[in-house]
Amino acid sequence: MSELPQFASELWVSRWAIAQGLGTTILISMLAIVLGTILGTFVGLVLVYSRWVSRFLVRIYVDFVRGTPVFVLVLASFYLLSQIGIQLTAFQAGLFALVIFCSTHVGENLRGALLSLPRGQTEAAKAIGLTFPQLFVYVLAPQALRQALPAWINTATEMVKASTLLSVIGVLELLLVTKQIISRNFMSLEFYFTAGLIYFLIDYAIERAGKAVERRIALPT
Amino acid sequence: MAQPILQIENLHKKFKDIEVLKGVDLSMQAGDVVSIIGSSGSGKTTLLRCVNMLEEFHQGRILIDNEEIGYSGPQHKARKESEIARQRAMTGMVFQQFNLFPHMTALRNITLGLTKVKKLPAEEANSIAEKWLARVGLRDRRDHYPGQLSGGQQQRVAIARAVAMNPKVMLFDEVTSALDPELVNEVLTVIKDLATEGMTMLLVTHEMKFAFEVSDRVVFMNQGRIEEEGPPEELFRKPKSQRLAEFLKSSKF
Repeated sequence: MSELPQFASELWVSRWAIAQGLGTTILISMLAIVLGTILGTFVGLVLVYSRWVSRFLVRIYVDFVRGTPVFVLVLASFYLLSQIGIQLTAFQAGLFALVIFCSTHVGENLRGALLSLPRGQTEAAKAIGLTFPQLFVYVLAPQALRQALPAWINTATEMVKASTLLSVIGVLELLLVTKQIISRNFMSLEFYFTAGLIYFLIDYAIERAGKAVERRIALPT
Repeated sequence: MAQPILQIENLHKKFKDIEVLKGVDLSMQAGDVVSIIGSSGSGKTTLLRCVNMLEEFHQGRILIDNEEIGYSGPQHKARKESEIARQRAMTGMVFQQFNLFPHMTALRNITLGLTKVKKLPAEEANSIAEKWLARVGLRDRRDHYPGQLSGGQQQRVAIARAVAMNPKVMLFDEVTSALDPELVNEVLTVIKDLATEGMTMLLVTHEMKFAFEVSDRVVFMNQGRIEEEGPPEELFRKPKSQRLAEFLKSSKF
């Protein structure tokens, strides 16, 4: 029990480092989710609506990325991109990998949601004279987004967890900061537990917020 | 005789290699109520869906109010999407499965086309929608979502959604087939009311009694062709063709 005061004091000493690591984790995750969602929306739209050539190319992109471990994507974008002359910082390379990863998940999810809508919705919208852009915006998208939301929230929590992989290429996010703290004070159990708790709280917050939004937009029956 | 409001000439339609419409001619005057009957696979629903371009067709012409629908010229050249969208608004369609937009209230289902296609201001669209909701007996359901309505109520909203656009022709595609028997009448009553008021209507239906009562003319389709056509009294009481006689016998009219 004599270790508890010691842990408390070590925690106090490293509070700024942890806060900074947490800040980086949140920043990376948020950027990855936002940019990945924007890119993923295009991916999903191409998969559903485009001509076969572009659909085929994007399909290869999606299957390739989804078939590759995120860890490999992170390493590849850090080591391989510099080989072909694209110089990125560890932060940029890591973010790039996460955005790519996120975009394929969002894209597939959106594709599934759009294809799950009954044909009759499109037909009814056409029948009253809506053009395709109109019927997409007013009829299909609102329904598809409701469908896609649970999986999207899941992807968001996955991105927070995947951001830990960036510790390997030297991005000072929460996990790498934790490792550095442990290498100084050797309190591995306590600090890994602390980091784990923080990750849990972030993802728990995302889940709760997502559930709240789901309830808010649920259709009355 | 006045200019027909709907004119279908030599309509041909193929799905892959199977020809489902083999040259259909049909003409309707404003205010006509025409029912299409026939066994499944006879092409009656496909014919209806060609009229508002939910199906493409390969040969022939459809004219609504003297305007060629979907294609132009002897080359059968497809029109632009925006043109087709505008032409689709000339007809109103009611579907077997209602197809209301589940994320919109009954009122919004009706105002969507009025505000986005007809570009009416919101208040005007609302008052038109409310008028039609009242007409189909659903004034107090304006803020309900489709999921909160019975099948019959949903179908009545769907009818209101279509007629509110003030189409030249209303198309009804087996609109009572998905309803529980006790809900069929409330929908048929609404359609009858519209017919009495002079709405031009083309209906595909399995409700023989209803077709008999409401129609000015009945069309019997068989294997992609119109086999027989005439006033309901003649068609139902004195069928000329063997097939129609058989069909009427099997459909317990």
